[in-house]
Amino acid sequence: MAVKSYIDAIREAMDLALEKDKDVLIFGEDVGENGGVFRATDGLQAKHGEDRVFNTPLAESGIGGLAIGLTTQNYRPIMEIQFFGFLFEVMDSIAGQMARNRFRFNNTRNFPIVVRSPYGGGTKTPEMHADNLEGIVAQVPGIRVVMPANPADAKGLLLSSIESNDPVVFLENLHLYRSVKGEVPEGYYTTPLDTAAIVREGKDLSIISYGGGVPVAVKAADELAKQDIEAEVLDLRTVSPLDIEAIGQTIQKTGRVVVVQEAQRMAGIGANVMAEISERFILSLKAPIGRVAAPDSVYPFGQAENDWMIKADDIVAKALEVVNYD
Amino acid sequence: MADITVNNETILDFTKQLKAQNDMFPVLSILNNNGDIVDEEALKRADLSDDDLINIMKRMLLSRQLNIRSTKLAKQGRFGFFAPTAGQEASQMASSYAFNHDDWLMPGYRDIPQIVAKGWPIWKAILWSRGHALGNEFTTEEGEPVNSWMPQIIIGAQYVEATGIALGLKKRQKDAVAYAYTGEGGSSQGDFYEAINFAGAYKANAVFFVQNNGYAISTPRALQTAAPHLAAKGWAAGVPSVVVDGNDPLAVYLVAKEARAWAVSGNGPVLIETLTNRLEAHSTAGDDPLRYRKQEDIDAWWKKEPLIRMRQFMTEKSIWDEDKENAYISEVNTLIDEQIKIADKVDKQKISNFIKNTLEVPGYAMKEQIAKFESEGK
Repeated sequence: MAVKSYIDAIREAMDLALEKDKDVLIFGEDVGENGGVFRATDGLQAKHGEDRVFNTPLAESGIGGLAIGLTTQNYRPIMEIQFFGFLFEVMDSIAGQMARNRFRFNNTRNFPIVVRSPYGGGTKTPEMHADNLEGIVAQVPGIRVVMPANPADAKGLLLSSIESNDPVVFLENLHLYRSVKGEVPEGYYTTPLDTAAIVREGKDLSIISYGGGVPVAVKAADELAKQDIEAEVLDLRTVSPLDIEAIGQTIQKTGRVVVVQEAQRMAGIGANVMAEISERFILSLKAPIGRVAAPDSVYPFGQAENDWMIKADDIVAKALEVVNYD
Repeated sequence: MADITVNNETILDFTKQLKAQNDMFPVLSILNNNGDIVDEEALKRADLSDDDLINIMKRMLLSRQLNIRSTKLAKQGRFGFFAPTAGQEASQMASSYAFNHDDWLMPGYRDIPQIVAKGWPIWKAILWSRGHALGNEFTTEEGEPVNSWMPQIIIGAQYVEATGIALGLKKRQKDAVAYAYTGEGGSSQGDFYEAINFAGAYKANAVFFVQNNGYAISTPRALQTAAPHLAAKGWAAGVPSVVVDGNDPLAVYLVAKEARAWAVSGNGPVLIETLTNRLEAHSTAGDDPLRYRKQEDIDAWWKKEPLIRMRQFMTEKSIWDEDKENAYISEVNTLIDEQIKIADKVDKQKISNFIKNTLEVPGYAMKEQIAKFESEGK
């Protein structure tokens, strides 16, 4: 298997989807000749043509409407929102329209739309670019929210999202685009949606995270291993709907858990994970649930990002608290 | 002060510019309020046979009758939400007569009559209004697809979606267009501009209607914008734009027909402002127009409503009379009675179906909920 970056895996998935299914279209701001501001669609217009990979005028709600309307002509649109901080401009298309449409049409029509968008801190972007807004879309019935944490998953989950007949918000971690490399299987394959994955096995406690939080959790688990604590790391991969079965299995195995997210404590997915654990698996717990999340402030200015974002040390400290409880 | 001119045009004379904007859109009209022909050339170009005229008349009467019956049923609590259409029959039913079976209709919440005219059974319209899932299936009685969406509640969203359909039709090289309706209030929405701008940039097969009916609930047209004509908004996006007497069925039809022909040929979208008036309340949910407009104003508009002039025009042509009208109205009323009975008989909705209809493949917790509600027969 070839070692590839997260963004190369994403581009490869789109290239394969365009190749396999003539109904797949890619559009968004600057995705054409420029290949997207991060080059996620680099070369795709040249290879697949301007009819299938094309730029849009600068208006996110218009992009959302375009995707919804194109489904009536049996297209499978992949629309890019250049930064997920621009979510609010396209919120009606996502939450008010595409998420409701299967229900609204009494299950008579499909809305196979993928909303791709980069999110997450660590690259010192201007304001309203890096925010972790996944919690907002994860609260919307009728839409999946998928957040891969490594290149192989990014490719397989994106291909599954494109095959899905329901809309998927596919969130790509901006910091991981080029900082993470990993083995990526060749050719076309899909990775199942709604399924979490154990990325590191352990028996002493579970660390549950998703997206950009996963590599931080793995780093913390490496640190804990030096202290003879074997942490299991569960990557949720799809954050809505949640793989409650996988969450239950790891809790039943370790009896101790730390929930980790890059989003602010009041935002993100962590609270929902903790609620499911409390409701269903509390009798398997040997210690209160630990949580590591960013502070409840507005997403910080670029220069303060590194101080503000969660770190492996925070997870290690919380894990020790949970492991040493009782 | 000397005028600053470029190519002999004064460009810093803002007063002059405002006047020019005001004069930019003459109003197209074929039939005046009394049913007299004021533009023979335009009438010729509309190229309407006697059968066409009868069809348009019947569509408008169907709409008026639906309005009367729906309003009554709503008062009895036998209807759900209903947005009255009286006064807008030409704007809605003569415009949509210019479109074909394969064209896609994107209606606002007041645009029920156009969907019915496209083949959506009235019993489904009643169920939509009452809030039943079966009302949201867009098929004919025979199960054939009706190329329409449910009336859009989020004003402006139907416009951006119409642009997506229009681009799809162009990409598929279909001989069809998307046509969308909103009101003058809707033209203030960001989605309105995004839609016409995108459609213009892609030269998509779209026709956009702004039914300027005077009021967005209680807010008068004058408070929506400083633009002297809503059609001027199309110019900003490089989209051909026309203002038409929206109570003149023949003029509305002509503009719609020409716009469709332009859009379907790959030239791009057209924006049409129909000058009309909402003669009744915003909706049956407790709106009282006398809180924000005068009875004299409403009375004056009743004299200009489209049925009067169409009836006059067709009677003079000896293709319409009172007997024909009464016979048709009674036919429509019988149909509505039958359709209400069908709507009354449908099964109660199930919560388990709501969950099943939310995602094709439900998540873990959703599956539990489906099982629970199904076990309770819900």
